[in-house]
Amino acid sequence: MRNFKRIDVWRWLIIGFVGAYLLIPVFAMLEFSTRGAPGERSTEAWTAIPTFPKLLSSIFSSLQLAVVVILAVVFILVPTMIWIHLRLPHLRRYMELLCLLPLTIPAIVIVVGIAPTYRALYQVFGSSPITLSFVYFILVLPYSYRSISASLFSIDSHTLSEASRSLGASTIRMIAGIIVPNIKVGIMSGAVISIALVLGEFTISNLLNFETMQVVINLLGKRDAATSVAVSLAALVFAFILLAILPTTNRSRSSKLKTNRKVGMVIK
Amino acid sequence: MELKKSLFAVVTASALVLSACSSSSDSGSAEAGSGEVDAKTATSAADFGGLEGLEAACKAEGKLNVIALPPDWANYGKIIDGFKAKYGIEIDSQIPDGSSQDEIDAANNTKGTDRAPDVFDLGQAVAMKNTAMFATYKVATWDGIDAAFKDATGLWTMDYGGFMSVGYDAAKVPAITSLADLLKADYKGKVALNGDPTAAAAGMNGVLMASMVNGGSVDDVSKGIDYFKSLKDAGSFIPVDPTPATIESGQTPVVFDWDYLHAGQVAGLKEKGIDWKIFIPEGVALGGYYFQAINVDAPNPACARLWQEYIYSPDGSNEWLRGGARPVLADLMVKEGTIDQTAYDSLPPVSGTPVVASVAQTEAANKVLVERWAAEVGAIE
Amino acid sequence: MQNKERVISLKKLETNNLFRKSIPYLGVFPFALLAFFFLIWPTLVVVYGSFQNLEGGYGFGSLIEVATNEKYLNGFKVSIQLAAYSAFAGAVLGGLFSWAIANGNREGYFRRLVLAASGVFAQFGGVMLTFAFLATFGFNGMLTILANSYFGENILTDASWLYSLLGLVVVYTFFQIPLMLIVFLPAIENLKPEWKEASESLGGSTANYWLKIGAPILAPSFLGALLLLFANAFSAYATAAALISQGAPIVPLQISFAISGEVSRTNPGISKALAVGMILVVVVVMFGYFKLQNKVSKWVKS
Repeated sequence: MRNFKRIDVWRWLIIGFVGAYLLIPVFAMLEFSTRGAPGERSTEAWTAIPTFPKLLSSIFSSLQLAVVVILAVVFILVPTMIWIHLRLPHLRRYMELLCLLPLTIPAIVIVVGIAPTYRALYQVFGSSPITLSFVYFILVLPYSYRSISASLFSIDSHTLSEASRSLGASTIRMIAGIIVPNIKVGIMSGAVISIALVLGEFTISNLLNFETMQVVINLLGKRDAATSVAVSLAALVFAFILLAILPTTNRSRSSKLKTNRKVGMVIK
Repeated sequence: MELKKSLFAVVTASALVLSACSSSSDSGSAEAGSGEVDAKTATSAADFGGLEGLEAACKAEGKLNVIALPPDWANYGKIIDGFKAKYGIEIDSQIPDGSSQDEIDAANNTKGTDRAPDVFDLGQAVAMKNTAMFATYKVATWDGIDAAFKDATGLWTMDYGGFMSVGYDAAKVPAITSLADLLKADYKGKVALNGDPTAAAAGMNGVLMASMVNGGSVDDVSKGIDYFKSLKDAGSFIPVDPTPATIESGQTPVVFDWDYLHAGQVAGLKEKGIDWKIFIPEGVALGGYYFQAINVDAPNPACARLWQEYIYSPDGSNEWLRGGARPVLADLMVKEGTIDQTAYDSLPPVSGTPVVASVAQTEAANKVLVERWAAEVGAIE
Repeated sequence: MQNKERVISLKKLETNNLFRKSIPYLGVFPFALLAFFFLIWPTLVVVYGSFQNLEGGYGFGSLIEVATNEKYLNGFKVSIQLAAYSAFAGAVLGGLFSWAIANGNREGYFRRLVLAASGVFAQFGGVMLTFAFLATFGFNGMLTILANSYFGENILTDASWLYSLLGLVVVYTFFQIPLMLIVFLPAIENLKPEWKEASESLGGSTANYWLKIGAPILAPSFLGALLLLFANAFSAYATAAALISQGAPIVPLQISFAISGEVSRTNPGISKALAVGMILVVVVVMFGYFKLQNKVSKWVKS
């Protein structure tokens, strides 16, 4: 039992205030979406969710998109980062700059320049919203890069790779079997942030006329406010549960110290 | 070893790409119906061998994309359901609350895809600017439509119209007796305009009506912009698109919109306990018609044409009438006795000489609005 | 070996070497491809397109229009104000929040939940945030109704304040605070408790500690985070688009309006010129951010 210090009063005051700022609107969403006849609660808005066909298919599309983007992160970004880390270290600065560029070039700007690209893409891939995964992969770069990079720095990958090579492992075996399990936490963290970003993305899908979850929620909001609030809340809670249960931080003390140091360096 | 690694990456990347490719089931193959008729260039039902041929061609296509048709806008909900029931065709109703400009933008953005809209229902200004996107087609009842309501070559046909008005929730605000009332404190944060006037006909005509009331005219929209600016300065105007949802939730208790749109909502709002009333300024009868056209790049051209046939038949046009709008087919239907007399008689009356803004006038108004609206009314100071 | 054979085998070695050297670069090929087509190329399209003029001509017309027309200048002004105010509010509140969390149990569940929630809130702006605030402060919002029933007519009654600059700042700060937590928490946690103890044992007060030690150390990280928050708010589109369905008071909304057929038909360069303007502002801000982060990393390494 810690001693109750004055500092704790301040701590909890701040946490209380910020917590209220963040949680009251969430609670209001619950309250708003469960209004029935005056004075009563009703789950009508929630049970109405499956009755909007576009809503369900758009949720499905967005989830599919999230999966594809995660696959791209795991099978394209991670190998590329490991590869550069081990074999092409002089490229690391450029990789970092490239991965942070999407923060500097906002989605609204990207969408202005990308419309012709997507018209061309249609010819090859059809009109499915899954084609958005290409540009979404770019959007998640800054966040996934940061978390994977933090993990990569915190392990001694060079020693690991040398050791495994001297033991006769092939490159693929080394990357997949040895390095990746060690940076699992960074990959997880990057993957989870990607899910949140993909599910929350509106700008590009709206301006390219794709019907992803957010676009449909927005359309729905003009017709039926309560149900759209209900869906928003459900998506929020879903993402929160995901982020809360998946292991995204390193629990052991020693590696945590290293991670903190490297994270400070990598927050660029 | 390095080669193997890079190969692995490339192979996985292509597998990903290919799987995205295969997951898109419909890659936009709209068939031209029976094969003998090119539905894309058909200019009347005769090209299909009559209405039955057109029906068959559409059934082969199986789908229709409509856009910006709210279910309670001139009863479009019933019309869509009626078409679905009669022909068994699946209808994708996109962005129901979109503006006329949104329709054109969507058509441009989705050009060549199977998501492109097949038919347009546009306000005058937007329609006149984009006739290059329309396909010519003359419906079966073509001759029964007055020449003033259609393009001689069949590029577009007016479909229905009404008069500009102000609807309001009688429980939330005092009764409106003139537009000047809206500047009072009772209306603070409560007044909305249906659509951005630079993109939507309803919006533009709302500003035109305000102009006519405040010393301007259909030729001079500037007084209307001044009026809305003063509404904004008084805090009455909110930059929100009104929809049945926003009216229900109390977000937009006062709405500038076509009279038939208000009329169509009265019954539904009454059930929710809202007393929705309509106000038309004394002596100002600003009318406006909407324009029907077929997208020249329609992915389902036969169904697009069948849709036109449907709405320009008593089945479709009477639904507009029941929605409180005045279909252009009204005169023909009265002559042939196919009109829904009760609905016709219950259309709201107007005082003053009806005025409809001409193409030139809406273009001129649009120019001024594009210059001034965003800066004066749309901006935050 | 004979000389000729030596020369031939040496040449073979050279080409083999070149070939072998470039193979590793194949490994980054897929990534580079994606980055080029979906990031570099659109940016080039935007920059190139900003030189498009009325009716398809070329020149500086669009750029000049965007830089001088009162409508667009006002848009930039409001965008910058919105970004600055919400970044400041988010940085201060988020910074305090980070301190509060950092001083708690680092292994506990509470912290984990808070970080998870922050991750979600930071990303989940846009449409859902707007609905959340409408559900709270809108005409029929929970707090509006509560306030009305307790206080009668009050400042919350006229819910149109949400559509003003103040409203946008309040809504934007909602996602700025969690973002601040995510970005700034590691910096605060790097403050070793030994320093506080050392300062106390030397007779310094808490205020002194913060003034002389804490603040200077945290300053670069704090300012860096502040800049990041600014860029984040400045670029945001979804929240405003869902809230304000008419008019275009901020630059991202002006861009989306300029993309729409009407303006893009007559002057296709406007949307791209606006985008270039946005890039310029964000580049300046992010440049400052990178510089500050370099300072931080140099210090952390030492």
